[in-house]
Amino acid sequence: MYDFAPLIDSINTWLNGHLSPLWAGIVSMVLLGVAILAFYAVLGLYLVYAERKICARMQNRLGPNRVGPGGLFQTIADLIKLLLKELIYIQNADALLFNIAPFIVIVASIMAIGSIPFAKGLQAVDLNIGVLYILAISSMGVIGVLIAGWASNNKYSVIGAMRSGAQVISYELSVGLALLCIITYAGSMQLSEIIKSQEDGWWLFKGHIPAVIAFVIYLIAGTAETNRGPFDLAEAESELTAGFHTEYSGIKFAFFFLAEYMNMFIIAALATTLFLGGWLPFHIYNFTFFNNLMDYIPPVIWFFTKTAFVIYVMMWFKWTFPRLRIDQLLALEWKYLLPISLLNLMVISFLTLMQWHF
Amino acid sequence: MEETIVDINLKDKEEYVINMGPQHPSTHGVLRFETCLQGEKVKWIVPHCGYIHRGIEKMSEKLTYPQMIHLTDRMDYLSAHINNEAVALCVEKAMEVEVSDRVKYIRTILAELTRIASHQLWWSAFGMDLGALTTFFYGLRDREKILDIFEETTGSRLTQSYITPGGLMHDVHPNFQKKVKEFCKYFRTKLPEYDELLTGNVIFRERTIGIGYMSKEDAIDFGVTGPSGRGSGFHCDIRKIEPYSAYPKVNFNEITFTEGDTYHRYLVRIKEMWESLSIIEQLVDNIPQGPIMLELKAIKAPKGDFYQRVETARGELGVYIVSDGAPQPARIHFRTPNFSNLFIINKISAGHKIADLVAISGSLDLVIPDIDR
Amino acid sequence: MTREELTTLITAKYPDIKAGTMKKYPEFIVPTDKIHQLCRELKDLPETRMDYLFGETAADRKDGFHMVYFLTSSTLGHCIMLRVVLTDKANPSVDTVSDIWRAAEYHEREVFDLFGIRFNNHPDLRRIFLEDDWVGHPLRKDYKDSFTLVK
Repeated sequence: MYDFAPLIDSINTWLNGHLSPLWAGIVSMVLLGVAILAFYAVLGLYLVYAERKICARMQNRLGPNRVGPGGLFQTIADLIKLLLKELIYIQNADALLFNIAPFIVIVASIMAIGSIPFAKGLQAVDLNIGVLYILAISSMGVIGVLIAGWASNNKYSVIGAMRSGAQVISYELSVGLALLCIITYAGSMQLSEIIKSQEDGWWLFKGHIPAVIAFVIYLIAGTAETNRGPFDLAEAESELTAGFHTEYSGIKFAFFFLAEYMNMFIIAALATTLFLGGWLPFHIYNFTFFNNLMDYIPPVIWFFTKTAFVIYVMMWFKWTFPRLRIDQLLALEWKYLLPISLLNLMVISFLTLMQWHF
Repeated sequence: MEETIVDINLKDKEEYVINMGPQHPSTHGVLRFETCLQGEKVKWIVPHCGYIHRGIEKMSEKLTYPQMIHLTDRMDYLSAHINNEAVALCVEKAMEVEVSDRVKYIRTILAELTRIASHQLWWSAFGMDLGALTTFFYGLRDREKILDIFEETTGSRLTQSYITPGGLMHDVHPNFQKKVKEFCKYFRTKLPEYDELLTGNVIFRERTIGIGYMSKEDAIDFGVTGPSGRGSGFHCDIRKIEPYSAYPKVNFNEITFTEGDTYHRYLVRIKEMWESLSIIEQLVDNIPQGPIMLELKAIKAPKGDFYQRVETARGELGVYIVSDGAPQPARIHFRTPNFSNLFIINKISAGHKIADLVAISGSLDLVIPDIDR
Repeated sequence: MTREELTTLITAKYPDIKAGTMKKYPEFIVPTDKIHQLCRELKDLPETRMDYLFGETAADRKDGFHMVYFLTSSTLGHCIMLRVVLTDKANPSVDTVSDIWRAAEYHEREVFDLFGIRFNNHPDLRRIFLEDDWVGHPLRKDYKDSFTLVK
């Protein structure tokens, strides 16, 4: 039920039947590109909307409620506004780098979406090193941030960019180690394989306490990687006005803004895939009726519900905690998270070696 | 003393100067910190003020005392009632008249409500300085209730100009007592939320404890008063030193700590809100009857020098009037709390990170129009 | 210390210092050259210990600029007001007390800015509110403004 592979295959066969293999490849790539871009834009806008609504709830406010029913079109209106706004060029800025930076950031986040499995068969590329690919691509964004900060010719921006660089390089380690725990359990880096290995239970539940520790570390480090509060030091509007994107306006600013939300989505989607069973439904051992009922819910909904939950937790962090200071941020990573992650990985390797996991 | 002299010839190649302000979110107004940084570390700070200097002292020389009240609102706009009261008291003491007990009680209640409202806004903004954005809306939610009370009685929400030499502009609204009592009851349930949201938060404590240490000697030397001075153990509460209005009739504690760091300056204000609530509750039920305005032929101070100190939400406000016996003062000087509180910032934040500078300047609770006048 | 005690203490040491007329705080009129010495003693003497300068300003009067100092002791609680009359209106100057109380440094910068009184030995005598190229000192009575809001 709900397998997308036949649908994708039929489209593929149809294309190959009517066009030469080269053109079929090009057309399928264009289709895929358009689909991902459309998905990206819509999801990005509605993540912004969700954030505004959630933070409004936490702050005794209503949030956007004027444009469209319940303010649903507010972010679209904002996007139109940003599109029409003047792009301000800084006189002594490095023009090439200044212009290229937002594209690096946004391209990195678009590319990462390519290998996320939304449902069975609904995955652009099922790489055999999917986890590594997403990690590698998503950390490319920091290069864009560094370039943006440097090229803006603004001291606040440079401070923000340097903070961001230090932060992402540090927290990359914890993210990687936390994911490595699950890779060790699952024995594969291919995302579809990792999901398949969770058919008898999500890694969060069947991976003993180390998996829970890895999940918590992943959430903390993942939030830090996306430069979101309480780790939003790169922007830190009360200290650095807006950090690395101080000098950007209009749609270039929107690129940074959207990329931040999409990075959050990628982190949450990865958490879902590795720890929460991806698109697999929630099953309880021996509750056949309940399990069958759960199977009726389409996997896409399962995937997005779990991702939304993780995103909600990350938003919850942001709107509850004060910001850390840069030395505290690095101390948290190097003195606490990294040693714990390393120890955790050793325990998990031992568990896997002894075949003690379920 | 040498460290305050601007030395643009930076000693080290790794040092650089940034201007925090005049348009910067964490200076809460048009103040400029010329900040020398080495990496993230603050080497020295030179505050530059005057961006909102309106010459209130000069303008006041041409205005009569009741007219001048409207300018005092605009100094520390978060303590408008207390500023009004300072001028009113100074003129009344000069004329050797005494207002009725009713006026004193109402003035004190309004002053304490102002203090709570000011501390609420400070708490909100302080959370924002540290990156906790939710505090802002919690603080404003409760501040709104106080502003509603002000609006009902005085007709305006920020610059009330309600307390005037000789009494009050007019009597309080019939709902005043009921509303104030409702607010006290309401805020007693909401104040613990402030502690839950910020005071107990582990990141908040990490960010504030031990940051920006100010010794008692420094506080006295620089004249840092109000909650900022009391956080260092400087007993500077004018309500205790030179009691005025209805303060001699109420029981309250002067909150002091000896630690002198950002966290304890924060705690002083949180605890002061509790004390202010208790002061209001002691007074609001016993407001006596009496005239709200003295019948004076003319409001003019006799020839001589007069000084009045009051405690605003930020510290000691002094009003110095030199009079020739005319309806206008020959010279009026406001010794404003923020002016004295500002300049210690170089001493207490040098050596900390730039993020701490934001926390420290937030904990001094600066209102820029009060510095510049 | 009460007003009487302060008066005896100060006039015994400095016969040329006269008591003033202010009602609220004991006032003393100090000659220009004695102010720094007197302030230093008021701060250091164990029976006065005036460690807190809570106000320092000036006023433009007919007989010259009046510098006033308001002192108090954070431990003993007594207050005092000192007045220095600067009769030379064209070129007023007085010794700084900013080496005694740091608070004075900024009050004196304000007085310098708005009255043009020079403070000898001040470490950083710059304008504090107005721009550096501002002409004149606004709080002087003879200051002419190009426009005045209140006549």
